[in-house]
Amino acid sequence: MTIPAVQPNRLPRGGRIDRTRRLAFTFDGKPCEGFAGDTLASALIANGVSLVGRSFKLRRPRGIVGSGAEEPNAIMQIGEGAAAQPNVPATQVELYEGLVARTTRGWPGVSFDVGAINDVFGRVLGAGFYYKTFMYPRSWWRYYEHAIRRSAGFGHAPGEPDQDRYEHMNAHCDVLVAGGGPAGLMAALTAARSGARVILADEQTEFGGSLLASTESIAGAPAAEWIAAVGSELREHPDCTLLSRSTVFGYHDHNFLTIVERCADDGGSSGGGTVEGSPQSAVNPVRERLWRVRARQVILTQGSFERPLVFCNNDRPGVMLASAVSAWINRYGVLPGRRAVVFTNNDSAYRTAIDLADAGAEVAAIVDSRGGGAAELGRRARERGIAVLEGHVVSDLTGRRRVRGVSVAKWYGESRATVSPAIRIDCDLVCMSGGYSPAVHLHSQAGGRLAWDDERLCFLPAESRQANLSAGAGNGSQSLEECLADGLRAGKEAVSRLGLKAVAMSAPATSPFAENPIEALWRVPAARDPDRCAKQFIDFQNDTTVADIRLAAREGYRNVEHVKRYTALGFGTDQGKLGNINGMAVLAETLGKAIPEVGTTTFRPAYTPVSFGVGAGESVGELYDPVRKTAVHEWHEAAGAPMEVVGQWRRPWYFPRNGEDLHAAVARECLAVRNSVGLMDASTLGKIDACGPDVIEFLERIYTHDVAGMKVGRCAYGIMLGEDGMLMDDGVVARLAEHRFYLTTTTGGAANVLGWLEKWLQTEWPDLQVYLTSLTEQYSTLALAGPESRKVLDRLGCNIPLDNDSLPFMTVRQAVLAGMPVTLFRVSFSGELAFEINIASDLALAMWKTLMEAGREFDITPYGTETMHVLRAEKGFVIVGQDTDGSVTPVDLGMNWLLSKNKDFLGRRSLGRPDCVREDRKQLVGLLSSDAATVLPEGTQLIEEPGSPPPVPMCGHVTSSYRSAHLGHPIALALVAGGRARRGETVYAALPKRDPLPVRIVAPVFYDAGGQRQHA
Amino acid sequence: MLLIECPWCGPRAETEFSYGGEAGIVRPADPDALSDAEWADYLFFRANPRGAHRELWNHAAGCRRWFGVERDTVTYGIERSFVLNAADAGPDSDPDPASGSASGDVVQAVGSPGLEGRAGARTRQGE
Repeated sequence: MTIPAVQPNRLPRGGRIDRTRRLAFTFDGKPCEGFAGDTLASALIANGVSLVGRSFKLRRPRGIVGSGAEEPNAIMQIGEGAAAQPNVPATQVELYEGLVARTTRGWPGVSFDVGAINDVFGRVLGAGFYYKTFMYPRSWWRYYEHAIRRSAGFGHAPGEPDQDRYEHMNAHCDVLVAGGGPAGLMAALTAARSGARVILADEQTEFGGSLLASTESIAGAPAAEWIAAVGSELREHPDCTLLSRSTVFGYHDHNFLTIVERCADDGGSSGGGTVEGSPQSAVNPVRERLWRVRARQVILTQGSFERPLVFCNNDRPGVMLASAVSAWINRYGVLPGRRAVVFTNNDSAYRTAIDLADAGAEVAAIVDSRGGGAAELGRRARERGIAVLEGHVVSDLTGRRRVRGVSVAKWYGESRATVSPAIRIDCDLVCMSGGYSPAVHLHSQAGGRLAWDDERLCFLPAESRQANLSAGAGNGSQSLEECLADGLRAGKEAVSRLGLKAVAMSAPATSPFAENPIEALWRVPAARDPDRCAKQFIDFQNDTTVADIRLAAREGYRNVEHVKRYTALGFGTDQGKLGNINGMAVLAETLGKAIPEVGTTTFRPAYTPVSFGVGAGESVGELYDPVRKTAVHEWHEAAGAPMEVVGQWRRPWYFPRNGEDLHAAVARECLAVRNSVGLMDASTLGKIDACGPDVIEFLERIYTHDVAGMKVGRCAYGIMLGEDGMLMDDGVVARLAEHRFYLTTTTGGAANVLGWLEKWLQTEWPDLQVYLTSLTEQYSTLALAGPESRKVLDRLGCNIPLDNDSLPFMTVRQAVLAGMPVTLFRVSFSGELAFEINIASDLALAMWKTLMEAGREFDITPYGTETMHVLRAEKGFVIVGQDTDGSVTPVDLGMNWLLSKNKDFLGRRSLGRPDCVREDRKQLVGLLSSDAATVLPEGTQLIEEPGSPPPVPMCGHVTSSYRSAHLGHPIALALVAGGRARRGETVYAALPKRDPLPVRIVAPVFYDAGGQRQHA
Repeated sequence: MLLIECPWCGPRAETEFSYGGEAGIVRPADPDALSDAEWADYLFFRANPRGAHRELWNHAAGCRRWFGVERDTVTYGIERSFVLNAADAGPDSDPDPASGSASGDVVQAVGSPGLEGRAGARTRQGE
């Protein structure tokens, strides 16, 4: 027997690894080698690496403790550059060729860490240290925070965009089985045979769960044969989906569960895609896949976590969970130590002692706190010549970067008394087992209750709130026989809940034997004062010790949720996996309560860390949000117009000529509209067709103006209010026929307004016969504005007269323009003579080009949203959502003329509420800068007295502000308290980095107050 | 994510719906007859119960219909969905006539047509 030198801890045979496939990887830059089938953790142990990190706060050297999701210390940074993944437990990383792993703690390195000085001062770094210390002086927090943040966390997020692909998958099933160990396989088999559609998900590379690390047999053969048989039978079922490398990490409302499938965890050598039997999987480039599953029934078979034992210096490298050591030996063919001490309060750890002895290691002793020791397994251990110290505990250990020996004391079952260590045993490995805690995470996420079991000393899943069952070790089963039977029971129960007939079947035979019950051993009291002894760790990842929890209790924390937050117990990737129950037991003891009285903390998704990438899925880059483009978009792009993002829409912002900047282009566009003619794409406006016999009655209730008085062919400016009286949206109301109206809304309000109208129709006024149809995409709107606009239309040829008497301001006609059918509106948002041409979107680009051609002799100027804003502000037209914010009434805006006194409408009553009639409400005004040059930043606060001491009361704010090319000076709209009565007065604009600027309050209309131009 | 039964489209994921608040808030027939306090009660105050809650949902990304849902605000369990008025509850539109109670499940959201002729400032069905 020769152990290869490169893997000094690799056993010569055994394990589920492929020794023909050697995989090279690096650990902190050091080249290492493992085998296919290894995890990063097992490969590190094989390479003799025992130091994998520094602890969170005290910077103590740490080694690998567990073999699965519970691993607290071996948190690695995997990969490099854009593909780097921080915060990954090495126990959950499948080894692949070329893997690059780095430790995430310790500076300059994990072997020598200057932060280890913290351990020397550990006494003052107790619970709440940061809260207590970094409070003073308060202004220094920003410096403290910088330093604390740099030393916190488990790795570094990559700086570059993630190049990998992720995807989301929706799925439905009758039964989702979470966990593919013995109980899960049994449950899935039962459900599948009974005809249910099954999804079986397991976080590991292969199914089998605890069986993969076990030497037990099923139906007279090695367990692996049974696993393979069940797997191939399930693959035969057409309605059974098998997901390996897939963690069910969230159990949400109404049996909605989220699973992350790691498709490329082997570094891509399988090509991703692990839906077994899926032929496409070989070419699937997806790194991770998020399954969103709606399951009718859920069976939770996630197994259990072994608990550490709590004694002095129990965090030293070389102290491992007993079950993990069995996994290293049996599953990975790795021997993590040469001379071991097994410390336990239950029978299960005896298996580890036997595994160690059978693998050729020396087991110095089994230290069992129970006076009576183990049953059958005790006999088997003694058969192998292993010394068993019954009624003893490990009280302390020596060795700093690797355990060198333990102190063993007699134990009388009393944690309040101190112990006197009498025996010293040299060893390089301590295997500890404090019993098992069912992984109740998903059951609890689903709202289920937990019940404390006094015999098994753990919380078991009790009543479920959703359609789920628990089975196996996660349900308190202790032997393989119990797990299989419980899986069968859960499978049958789920099937019968679905109304299916469960097939007759029984669980395969195992060879059970008697075990002695576990004994409570929540901490081993030290030889010294419990608060001054060497540290006894409860949560390794967060450096939470017995003393911390006792301190929290002394300082008045009683609730377990508060203690958790004060001591960080169960933070990070741990989430209550490793130290939770021990911590609660210590808290219970300190408070003089029973454990169930203290209770557990709340379990929340995610069960294990989930990458941001898989959460985003395909919704990145161009697919992040739909982009809406108008029918004329390509012309705008060809014209070189920068686009303004307006919700999902892209609108041309301005149309630069000859390298103009924004200001130059906008000034030119504004003057063109004022002096000649401009053309704007207003297609993003919301458009709603409203018809039906009761449409007038309906619109009377919605709009504030007199709708019934509008003749066919008339348009009106219409505003709608919320029931609270605040302006909600505005637009044009056009009566196209006796019972047909055409409504426009703001671009951003289109969907909301339609929903709002539908809600009133459907819930409050279903007696009204009105039909609403969104036409926003079907029609495009081209706004032709300027004194020459009528001449442009005349050039096109129109089948109706366009003169002011035939088509006066605020009217609408169906017409044919340049051979194309249009709805022609004589409305204006610029204050000039203007026409809005509504045309089927298919024809919009043709019409746009035709207009540009026909307007050439007037130098027709396309203009964008910025010019539109300036033109409307010169006229004092508000933009809902810019000049209003949901707290502005039409009275505040001076729109009293729009409020009919002869009818009720939504929001009318609210206008009489005391708050709405206050005289000092903010009202819309115009502002002129005293220097006739400063364009006030929108949002600028207005104050009364420039020199007044803080806090300075604010009397209003600027809502719109532009440079007006036509007027030759800046203009602004603002909301000012009692502003309408203050015209001519001066207030001050508070500007950053300069003196407050006097501004004069004026009427909000700066241009053509009489409105002659739009009526021309 | 809730699974919501649209009376017209069947069970669909919550993301297809938008929420409309407490069901059965009836707009007062004559707002001017109300004191400011009574109007504010209609406007701003909702029952916000712990437990069973009748509320409005809109199948916004589906058939765009508003309907009622009885949901437990503690467990988020949905007891049932219901159509809001008798006109919608004909045999064609009731998705499950067997469980049916086209009469039992139907809640008259509207007492009388129009703004006029309504009585009561703030009446909730089922109270």
